[in-house]
Amino acid sequence: MTLTITAQTQSITSIEKLKELSGESVKLCMQCATCTGMCPMAQEMDYSPRQVMHMAQFGLIDKLAGINTYWKCASCHACSVKCPRGIDIAKVMEALRQQVLRKSKNYIEPSRLSAEQVAEMPQIALVAGFRKFTS
Amino acid sequence: MKISYYPGCTLKTKAKNLDRAAIASLTALGVEVTEIDRWNCCGAVHSLTADDLIHQVGPVRNLIRAKEQGAKKLVTLCSMCYNTLARANRIMKTDEVKRATINRFMTEEIDYAGEVEVVHFLTFLQEEIGWEAVKEKVKVPLTGLAVAPYYGCTLQRPADVGIEPFGSYSLMTGLLEALGATVVPFNAADKCCGSYQVLGSPAGENSAGAAILNLAAGAGIEALATSCPLCEYNLGKQQQLMLEKGRIAKNIPTYYFTQLLAVALGLDSAVCHFELNTRISVDLLKDKNCLAAA
Amino acid sequence: MCETNEKSSKKTPRVATGDRAILPEGAKTIPVYIMGKQYEVPETLTIMKAMEFAGFKFLRGAGCRGGICGACPTVYRMAGDYKLHFGLACQTVVEANMYLAQIPFFPANRASYSIEEIGGLPEAIHALYPELFRCVACNQCTKACPMDVDVLGYISALKQGNIEKAARLSFDCIQCGLCASRCMGEIPQYHAAQLARRVYGRYILPHAEHLKARVKDIEAGKYHTMLNDLSAMSKEELEKIYVERERQPDFAEIGWQPKETRYL
Repeated sequence: MTLTITAQTQSITSIEKLKELSGESVKLCMQCATCTGMCPMAQEMDYSPRQVMHMAQFGLIDKLAGINTYWKCASCHACSVKCPRGIDIAKVMEALRQQVLRKSKNYIEPSRLSAEQVAEMPQIALVAGFRKFTS
Repeated sequence: MKISYYPGCTLKTKAKNLDRAAIASLTALGVEVTEIDRWNCCGAVHSLTADDLIHQVGPVRNLIRAKEQGAKKLVTLCSMCYNTLARANRIMKTDEVKRATINRFMTEEIDYAGEVEVVHFLTFLQEEIGWEAVKEKVKVPLTGLAVAPYYGCTLQRPADVGIEPFGSYSLMTGLLEALGATVVPFNAADKCCGSYQVLGSPAGENSAGAAILNLAAGAGIEALATSCPLCEYNLGKQQQLMLEKGRIAKNIPTYYFTQLLAVALGLDSAVCHFELNTRISVDLLKDKNCLAAA
Repeated sequence: MCETNEKSSKKTPRVATGDRAILPEGAKTIPVYIMGKQYEVPETLTIMKAMEFAGFKFLRGAGCRGGICGACPTVYRMAGDYKLHFGLACQTVVEANMYLAQIPFFPANRASYSIEEIGGLPEAIHALYPELFRCVACNQCTKACPMDVDVLGYISALKQGNIEKAARLSFDCIQCGLCASRCMGEIPQYHAAQLARRVYGRYILPHAEHLKARVKDIEAGKYHTMLNDLSAMSKEELEKIYVERERQPDFAEIGWQPKETRYL
């Protein structure tokens, strides 16, 4: 993966914002990819958790805006408990989701779910999914 | 012995089999269960952003109900409820600033500072009853049932609320052994089933869930025992679809651990609400002579 | 907009010029703020009367004026205090330094369904209103309810699949919509509650057998002759039989029967 880093692609404030929201410093990451190895959802992600941490370290907000990694995160904390640098990566993923959701944008639309799906799913799936995917 | 109990929304409908089997078992073990009055949804997932406190209000409100009703401990069963309640409780206990903000927001409620202890059902069973006492009450041992404890993510992570340390599954193992089952070690016992990702994904395409079932089949596991209705949905209810789509090679019956407990205690199988499980789950128990053939 | 304006209240009270601008003798007036502007109104009036006194005319946002139609929900704040208060304009008496805003309508999603087709299971309600699962239990709905309905309680009951509890808890709802206006989950609580009561009535509550029998009688024409006779009467005749009609005494014994039993 080639990351183009210029004054235009880099947002220093986004790195600070991410730290504020997640309480975690992405700069601690040493790119060992243990997170990716632990992640049960990695194969459905277009960029692995390690790559996302890399983008976040350089404040590449435009690049981060268009990827599915943090939407595929299941908040299972498998990455967080194994991170040798002690970063709670699940919190970084949540912060990336929240940056979108707090602008009143939904990742999934509850009204477009099929009635059958809603009726069949356990309540906790709907509550959890709406928390993670709707603003 | 009396306990205060928080069931959670799903346990009142789709996971009645988790709830009813648990309550009937506790009654059989001499425990009097009181469901707390006026509870609301726990929120299912803990909010992970540092400045977001509104999502702690739901779980904290339940803890306030327990405190109001004089409970020192609140026993809960669903893994997601346990995790959300326990994490919110930790915030209220340890974070002075957040505690003050949340209490100030809930003007209509009494103040709360983490006075109630959130306890998972498994922890309660082990600490207050013990595996020996359970074993003595077993009437139908689950002999020959090769079952693995499946914890998923929320019983163990993060460490400060985990019911036991990472990599250790001694609570459910202890219980299942007391019930006479053969407990098979399972190295994917703490892998995530895909959780709420089921909401945005096509049915039967859950790669995380498929991986777990395939690993279980490879390990010679006949059945999985869980404590989470979302794990049961992803691994149990969706299993036939995964099989049809070729994502998994073999069926693995899934149970709530409370159902296995109730069966072994020889309780009327009606309390287990097996109609909510997949058919293969019921068939396996019949094959093992654990369940009277219907 | 909601600052306490010491200066303006010291000025000569500007008595409003509505259609009932004549103050009763000795009436005391107090300042209230309608859409941010100060008016002096008699202290004994309800918010609705006070607004009319101030010259506003309700074309919408007023209905029964008896506290039951839900058309006149009002949000207000007292000068100098952060807290929002909620009430019905036709029921709440004005207080000095109220800052008032009418919320006659608040947009809320209402699902369309056929009660005969959806069935009586909680999943039917979940499927029509999946947004129920966006509730965070913040309880702003309950605090906003002018009818003291436990809104969070019935939303929780619906999520738990307890339709009967939701129907009973929401029984006093007048559909004013204040709950929905405060909801951070953007849930149309009152529509979901109405659906719960309908499902409860249609599928859960036992049906009244005597009502069915009476409807059958009516459909079979049991009352046709009587109605035709009445239709053929002159106004005078109708008045006469109305005045002379046999009435059940106020303290009739159980089992009381009229002399005329043909239509029972």
